[in-house]
Amino acid sequence: MNKIKCECGHVNPEGTVLCEACGKPVEGNQHIDGNDQRKLLNMRYDGSARRSQTYNKSIVDKIWNFFSSVKVGVWLIVLALIASAIGTIFPQEQYIPADATSRAPSVFYEAQYGTIGQIYYQLGFHNLYGSWWYMLLIALIGVSLVICSIDRFVPLYKALRMQKPKRHTTFLKRQRLFSETEQVSADEKEKLVSGLKKQRYKVWEENGHVLAEKGRFSRWGPYVNHIGLILVLIAALLRMTTFMYIDDYVWVREGEQTVIPGTEGEYYIKNKDFILETYDENDERFKEAINKQGNVAKNYQTNAIIYKKKGDNVAGADPELEKVTEEKIRMNHPLKFDGYTLYQAGYQQNEFKSMTFKVHETDDPKETSLGSFTIDLTEPKDKYQLDDGFSVDVTQYYPDYELEEDEPASETPYPRNPAFVFTVHPPENEEPETSFVGIGKNIDATGENDYKLGIENFDTRYVSGLTVRRDYTLPLFIIGAAIFMIGVIQGMYWQHRRIWLHPKEEGIMVAGHTNKNWFGLKKDIEQVIADTNVNMVDDQLETD
Amino acid sequence: MSVEKAKAAKKNKKRNRLIFRTIILALLLVAVIYALVSNFNKDKTDISVGSQAPDFKLEQINDNNDLENVKLSDYEGKGVMLNFWGTWCDPCKKEMPYMQSLYPEYKKKGVEIIAVNLDTTKLVVDKFINKFDLTFPVPYDSNKEVRDSYQVGNIPSTFFINPDGEIVEMVEGGMTLNKIEGYLQQILPEQ
Repeated sequence: MNKIKCECGHVNPEGTVLCEACGKPVEGNQHIDGNDQRKLLNMRYDGSARRSQTYNKSIVDKIWNFFSSVKVGVWLIVLALIASAIGTIFPQEQYIPADATSRAPSVFYEAQYGTIGQIYYQLGFHNLYGSWWYMLLIALIGVSLVICSIDRFVPLYKALRMQKPKRHTTFLKRQRLFSETEQVSADEKEKLVSGLKKQRYKVWEENGHVLAEKGRFSRWGPYVNHIGLILVLIAALLRMTTFMYIDDYVWVREGEQTVIPGTEGEYYIKNKDFILETYDENDERFKEAINKQGNVAKNYQTNAIIYKKKGDNVAGADPELEKVTEEKIRMNHPLKFDGYTLYQAGYQQNEFKSMTFKVHETDDPKETSLGSFTIDLTEPKDKYQLDDGFSVDVTQYYPDYELEEDEPASETPYPRNPAFVFTVHPPENEEPETSFVGIGKNIDATGENDYKLGIENFDTRYVSGLTVRRDYTLPLFIIGAAIFMIGVIQGMYWQHRRIWLHPKEEGIMVAGHTNKNWFGLKKDIEQVIADTNVNMVDDQLETD
Repeated sequence: MSVEKAKAAKKNKKRNRLIFRTIILALLLVAVIYALVSNFNKDKTDISVGSQAPDFKLEQINDNNDLENVKLSDYEGKGVMLNFWGTWCDPCKKEMPYMQSLYPEYKKKGVEIIAVNLDTTKLVVDKFINKFDLTFPVPYDSNKEVRDSYQVGNIPSTFFINPDGEIVEMVEGGMTLNKIEGYLQQILPEQ
């Protein structure tokens, strides 16, 4: 490791571009920051030795240097962007349409999109955020962030700490803002310093040489911002674990109890009651809107009981449950228990709960009831005994009736459109008769039935849809995002300004540098040299 | 500073740099590996080929079969074809007769066919079983807990479980007679 001793006496680490103390360009290192053959100095990282540019010996150094390159970091980000874009071409696994021939990803993509779909699936694009290579890419971006930051923050911090008020004339002359004045009195020099202090510059003096500086902390903005980003990345990685993050959905019918998905069978929910309230259409305030719009919901609410399974029974065996809590889950008022949150997210109505049928004579216009029976659709029985000696067999039951290829069938297992084939046994051993009864359907197969069945009454019930969430990563996201924002503000709204005064025989050199807002810096200098005969600095960029 | 001192200092610096970089890189490597492994394990806790079939115990509702309950762990040492079905689902209905035709033969060979039903009422299941004269056990998953533990999305879904309780094959969608037989062959116990 070759230390570089500058003529000012300061010993710089190898790879230094501009002496840490006096700023004199170090011979032979000007190419590193592109100071070769240019009038103005490149002040990036204050010309400090970025180690990765210098040491490249061991394998560790080589890996380090690979990641410390901004170019590599940008490429990683570009690759992640391209991959994310490709991931939107076909639907992600969880969005395979419900009516697809097969929802197994191994089948669906090829069937739907051919060879390209197959390739898409095999490369893991169907589950992009969970695919190992995409995660690796994100993780490498994180690594690159960490190493880039360390590799730039440390030398910059050191260079700014080491800087001396006395700067080399070459350094000053090659700053963007520079002026030289032949005759300046000692009084005026004093005035300059007090002017700088008035402008709230921190001033260091060293036998007449002055360094005035403010807003140095703005230089740390990007690194603070990177710390925030890294926290966000960590939170995103933690989201991959089911312990930290669960997102699921459950349908539960009024009066029913079901296991809460995602809780590994540990928790059950019972829907005691689902309430849908709408705004009153006679209310003056809403009348107009409701007329235009139809009914508007005011409240969706599930009165729920949460149970926790006791002991460790196998799935399905009658679980021993203990009550955890009983709550009203309303829109925007989720229920929280043991780290889980349940949100009211949807509902279905018009599911039948029970139906009451009556038997009457076919040719009785009054349809006088000869007896009736009620079928509980959650548990229909085989046979119903009526009061007047009639009995009815349930020969077939279709909870959600539809005709499929001229065959009666049920579309779903839920009683949304119940239909029955009944066999009616009249009293006194008359011939049994068969008829088909559904909503708006009443078919007599033979056309010779003496008795008819009619729907007398029915009960419907709601099904409540709830989103199940558990997310322990949110606080980390919030902290990360806040730190990110602090870093952005720190770097955006403050500028790091430096002004150097360099006495020269009778006169003085003035040079200025900032990382942004040169106009503001010029204004500062103007104020400081007002009422003195010090020349205003030239903006050498314009004359370059 | 003498030459030796300078050399020693240089050596120290070099060593410190190497240690620092190695530690940082090692930490980052651990984080990356943790992320990848936890992602991989997430898929592992999923039901997948090679994982252990979760145990369950359910009421058996086929009147043609004398079992009161079905407990999966009772079938250790036997192959199990575990099918999830419902009467409303067409492909399920189609493969039931195939399963019935293979059942007696494979029961002798040490493979049990178990068809977990996901209907909401026993009545429709009874009617269906009688129509097709099914004799294999039909456990009734009334609160969908077993469906949840097997992460069954669409039905029919069938799991072929070997005598050690490992899932050997997972099939989503209906199967032909030949296909079913082929899979059953894979889970025969050693003779």
